[in-house]
Amino acid sequence: MNDLRHHFRTPLMRSPFHPRVAAANVLNAWAPWAGVTTALNFGDVAMEHSAIRNSASLYDISPMIKYAIEGPEAAAYLDRLTLRRASGLPVGAVQYTAWCNDAGHVLDDGTLFRLGEDRFRLCCQERHLPWLQDSAIGFDLSIRDETEAIAGLSLQGPTSFAVLSAAGGADLAGLKPFRLAEVHLGPAGPVMVSRTGFTGDLGYEIWTTPDRALDLWDHLMAEGAPHRLRPVGTEALNIARIEAGFIIANMDFVCAEQVLRPDRARQPDEIGLGWMVDLDKGRFNGRNAIRAARAGDTLRWALVGLDIDGNVPAEGAELYLDGKKAVGQVTAAAWSPTTKRNLALAQIRRPWHRDAGDRLRAEIYALRELQYHKLMLPARIVDRPFSSPKRRRATPPGMF
Amino acid sequence: MPTPSFDAIIIGGGVNGLACAGRLAQAGQKVLVLDAADTPGGGALTGEFAPGYRVDGLAHLVTHLDTRMLAALKPERHGLDWAVDAMATTALSSDGGHLTLNGAYGEAVQGLEEAEAQRWTALRGRLLRHTEILRPLREITPPLPGKGGGKGNLLALGRAGLNLRRLGREEMQEFLRMILINVHDVVQEDLTDDRLRGLIAFDATLGAFLGPRSPNSLFLLWHRLSGDAGRIRWPRGGMGALATALAEAVRATGAELRCAARVDRVLSDGDRATGVRLESGEEIAARCVISTANPRTTFMDLLGARQIETGLVRRLTNIRMRGTAAKLHLALKGAPDFRGADLRHRLVIAPSSDAVENAFNHVKYGEFSPAPVMEITCPTAHDPGFAPDGHHVLSIVAQYAPYSPRGGWEAGRDALQAAILKQLEAHAPGIGELITAVELLTPADIAARHGLVGGSWHQGDLAVEQMLFMRPAVGIARYATPVPGLWLAGAGSHPGGGISGTAGWNAANEILGAA
Amino acid sequence: MKDTVAPSTPRASNRIWDAIVVGAGHNGLVTASYLARSGLDVLVVEKNDWIGGAAVSRELYPGITYSNCSYVCSLFRPEIMRDLDLPAHGLQVLPYEGGAVFQRDGGYLATYRDHEANRREIARHSPRDAENYDRYARDLMRHCRFIRPLLMRTPPDPASFKPRDLSEMAYLARQFLALGADDAADMVRFWTMSISDYLDEYFENDTLKAYMTVAAITGTALGPMSPGTAYVLLHHYMGDVDGNIGAWGYARGGMGAVSQALAASFRAAGGTLRENAPVARILVRSGRTEGVVLDDGEEIRARRVISNMDVKRTFLTCMDPSDLPEDFLGRVRSFKSRGSSGKLNIALDGAPEFPALPDGSPCLRGDLHFTDSIERAERAYDDWKAGRWSADPFQDTMIPSMIDPTMAPPGKHFMSCFVQYCPPKLRNGSDGERDWTDNDRDAFGKAVIDQIEDHAPGFKQRILHVEVRTPRELEAEVGLTDGNIFQGELTFDQLLFNRPVPGYAQYRGPVPDLWMCGSSTHPGGGVMGAPGRNAAAEILRSVRGGVGNRTEMRDAYPVL
Repeated sequence: MNDLRHHFRTPLMRSPFHPRVAAANVLNAWAPWAGVTTALNFGDVAMEHSAIRNSASLYDISPMIKYAIEGPEAAAYLDRLTLRRASGLPVGAVQYTAWCNDAGHVLDDGTLFRLGEDRFRLCCQERHLPWLQDSAIGFDLSIRDETEAIAGLSLQGPTSFAVLSAAGGADLAGLKPFRLAEVHLGPAGPVMVSRTGFTGDLGYEIWTTPDRALDLWDHLMAEGAPHRLRPVGTEALNIARIEAGFIIANMDFVCAEQVLRPDRARQPDEIGLGWMVDLDKGRFNGRNAIRAARAGDTLRWALVGLDIDGNVPAEGAELYLDGKKAVGQVTAAAWSPTTKRNLALAQIRRPWHRDAGDRLRAEIYALRELQYHKLMLPARIVDRPFSSPKRRRATPPGMF
Repeated sequence: MPTPSFDAIIIGGGVNGLACAGRLAQAGQKVLVLDAADTPGGGALTGEFAPGYRVDGLAHLVTHLDTRMLAALKPERHGLDWAVDAMATTALSSDGGHLTLNGAYGEAVQGLEEAEAQRWTALRGRLLRHTEILRPLREITPPLPGKGGGKGNLLALGRAGLNLRRLGREEMQEFLRMILINVHDVVQEDLTDDRLRGLIAFDATLGAFLGPRSPNSLFLLWHRLSGDAGRIRWPRGGMGALATALAEAVRATGAELRCAARVDRVLSDGDRATGVRLESGEEIAARCVISTANPRTTFMDLLGARQIETGLVRRLTNIRMRGTAAKLHLALKGAPDFRGADLRHRLVIAPSSDAVENAFNHVKYGEFSPAPVMEITCPTAHDPGFAPDGHHVLSIVAQYAPYSPRGGWEAGRDALQAAILKQLEAHAPGIGELITAVELLTPADIAARHGLVGGSWHQGDLAVEQMLFMRPAVGIARYATPVPGLWLAGAGSHPGGGISGTAGWNAANEILGAA
Repeated sequence: MKDTVAPSTPRASNRIWDAIVVGAGHNGLVTASYLARSGLDVLVVEKNDWIGGAAVSRELYPGITYSNCSYVCSLFRPEIMRDLDLPAHGLQVLPYEGGAVFQRDGGYLATYRDHEANRREIARHSPRDAENYDRYARDLMRHCRFIRPLLMRTPPDPASFKPRDLSEMAYLARQFLALGADDAADMVRFWTMSISDYLDEYFENDTLKAYMTVAAITGTALGPMSPGTAYVLLHHYMGDVDGNIGAWGYARGGMGAVSQALAASFRAAGGTLRENAPVARILVRSGRTEGVVLDDGEEIRARRVISNMDVKRTFLTCMDPSDLPEDFLGRVRSFKSRGSSGKLNIALDGAPEFPALPDGSPCLRGDLHFTDSIERAERAYDDWKAGRWSADPFQDTMIPSMIDPTMAPPGKHFMSCFVQYCPPKLRNGSDGERDWTDNDRDAFGKAVIDQIEDHAPGFKQRILHVEVRTPRELEAEVGLTDGNIFQGELTFDQLLFNRPVPGYAQYRGPVPDLWMCGSSTHPGGGVMGAPGRNAAAEILRSVRGGVGNRTEMRDAYPVL
């Protein structure tokens, strides 16, 4: 993507889609993501969020860190590395997973694509090459950072299949959630499509090479226009992912290898990922510590979804029990246009994730014309996802 | 896997393996010791290196032998006899003005001026007093700082603290000042005689990847003295005879010993260690497997890196194993003359602390020293049976030589041998004419022969950051490992190697305590 | 400066000062300022006709300001700047940008302030190292967080049974035991390891490791393979510029600006400063310290004397041995303060051009190095041990005028080349030691300039003036024994309660009313000010009946 010796001139790399994203980014709302310049919005967050839930949206996911893990023992290695059973994943399927250090603290979460019997791709938020390499000692496989070799677009929303069909992907009608397939999309050429996403809605992620990235963008935008396709930025996506109840590394938990204050590291059970832990699959990294924490009842935190009174987003709010005892903090929050609820994700001390009842209050400081309104709003722990439309899983998918 | 027929399998029949086996068997456990070599003993071995000439193959002196083990196993009943019970040390001078330390680390000295002798007495007293603080820590499982130390942890630390206080204000201050100091500064400050300075500097850094000017090097001298307070012994018949007597003593406890049985796999059911597989393919089950092999070898090769977690893999990878000592065996057709030095002594060539430091400089860059420093013993001075009549053998530990020199050993070994012989010739003129056979063991040879990774005699550098609860690495320093049923008991564990058996004995105590 | 000289004083005035501070180095001025602000009547005497010790700015070539001793400012504690109101007295600290190591094969490794640019730069040399760098920085920061609160505390005497010492020991023990075994092991290993071994646990690239080594050997008589150097790295890393820990900066106007601001603050508090007043002897009568005698015989009396000189100079040169306990003297004699550094200060007619760097590279605004492997640095240390300067010196070179417009006219520059290693005395093989000669000094300077010229052809033609300083010059001008820039080496036997010597780590000398406040005391050297501040705290505690209006002395800012 970029001249290596001159990166001091462009500290941030540019995505393969940058020319198109830049042209559409009418407010020049930029933010870095994994070292890449990305759009925060394309001028109107509300319209963009609405596209995700009403029609179709296009989001550039190229900055996602991607590792190719290939070799005869790739599956065995991933079984050892991650919490879930990777060897049980069929070729052509995708798994949401996470991995831990020896103390059972989560290093990151991500999606694992099985591209072939011996070929996997691990996509995640942060870089982990040394950990992946050190974990691979004794296994016959290779690990390659392919972040910059693969461009990706996330096509999400009720009309996303309509867009895909129009673009030449009608054959993918049978593609189920968490499955992937190769398809030829007209002038964009061959691409890989996975029925995955970060919106909790019907949607696809489309993967290609950087040299064909602009063709893919142009083709999708042209064919998608009749289906109300529009590019969306990170701000709109963030609202959608909160509605879907998804967590993000280094926003809702701190990656264990980046934790400066040792008490900030979290086990899977402490960030709502306990369901991934497969204690029956044999040895994996962190298993002993996770088992010991469960047995010894030493888990200290839980991650919960909150429904908070009122309509003031609770970003950064502290949680109090009976308005007195601090028991946690909100890690992500948004007013949800879809559910018409004031939603939040929060880390909360055990056992209050279970026992708080209606005793929780979120302490919100709302700045209005240079003065804070301090609010203590009742918050209830509710199940995630907050929103899960039926179209999300319908196969074949609907056209809108 | 059949039902375990042994309570414990011990990998390695070196002194630590034997100590561990003896202790466990005396406590009623059914124990099998497996050794890859044809005879037990590990680094304590004696053999023929040229027709008619025998020598201790690796270690050639005893300075650390565990007294608990001796008392409990009584190897003297099985043939152990000390040919020398307190070997003197002579620091050789190339002009014949030698310096001799008698008794336990120079209780009495010959060849020093009166004032210097007094300074030495004062320094020696201080060193031994400081050593006393550390000695109790040798014989226990290393205490952990903070949480998780288990029973007796605080007690042990408290006792060490109390002993420190008992030294009195000034001596305690000196202890805390000197704990991480370098030995060069100490000998420069406290002594004036270069022979003595060189000897102390040599002893502190023997077998370490440190020079006398390296901070923390005095600690290694404390560590050396904490064994037997500086007493040096040599068994009749050599180190191999010690091994044989110990092995017999261990057999007498009921433990079973099998030699020529190389373990190539520690078996595991995915959760715990269940036994071992021999090179022959034979599998033997046991309730626990105790490894005295190199810790990295144990986990990464015998058990397999896949069976442990990545954090531990990293810690194992980070253990530094950088052997710097070569061994030279000489067959001589007559008695060498080190300008009148008594051949029954341990002879040391280390003319000054700077000479040791200069020798060290090279090994940092993968070179060997052109002017090595060395420790020489002459077994035939005590036991004529080691060579044909009138002939002699010398056993020499020379440093510094790297494990893998730039340019390789193929090209380097002759040059290293020549460098050592040149030093010898300077101190024993004419010795070259006497030589009838030579055997040079580079650190790489020692690694290949004894499975000592990196040529490290201690299965991990002796260094402050690799001691106590950090030896061989935090998390596996208390003999137990994250793999249930797998234990460490070798030189790589606290308190290190040096023909002592202490690590093996401590490990057995820990295993019995856990049972 | 002329107007600052105090009115001439009668040769044996009856005046008794509350305190005399010997030496107007930065620590002496810090102590003096705190005392003066607390209402004490304080006199600072300085041997030179300029103040600041090793924190000075001098115009050695017309129009160009030299920071000719210390040259960067980061360690100086912001709490002290605030307590003493130094910004109001003219102190301004400027952050600087990145830097580069030039490789022998014509390449380079840069560092950038921007995290992503920096990551990609390292990835150019090793993708694995680029990622491990973050973990390394995190781990270093953990050690920093542990040690920083200790800087502004008086070390306890572990051999004492006084309640204050016991409770301070308990505090330290609690801090350590709270870590848990894994973190405690990491901590102990870090404190005892060599920087070379420590870096090997994270990195594979030689050039990167050489870069990371700079701060671990600066000013130290140790090589990168010597145990204990990882701690020295921390000593240099725990400073901050405006809360940005590990960042470094320049004092605007050169390092003398630190001293000038301190002096101004001191005078504003009513203190008196006398230049050209070299102390011949610290006066002890009837078992207590009574004042000082200047070289010209003038006697100045005081209720207490505080020495900002290093301990060797204080006790071995400026005191009568019969006034001091023998065991104390012995320990002072064996206190290690071997000089290990030299320095070139160069006025340039134009910025040097390094063909290796791409056009517009910001690296010239940072620190520059020419040693691309740890082995080369270690070999330079071997040269130091052998009593010679290295033909392949290890440099920490910067051009402050790239950032500070007050130091040189547009187009011209001041370049500071700090050189490790440079021995205090020279030796030829087994011959004895000898002193530096001017010829030696010039040959040393040439080796340094040649190294730069190799990477920046044409550099020599731009040189307007060079000042070469070896430990000899440092000792003669600044008064640092053997030219040791830290007033004593930073090894564990001389740190914490061992600094300067066991039993005397609480700033009190062995004679009543005699105090120490220089870098020979905890927490050691660098332009940090913490020794001076801690000494002032102890002195103020000791004033019987308390002081009238004890000035504000902030505790170390909490580490969140």
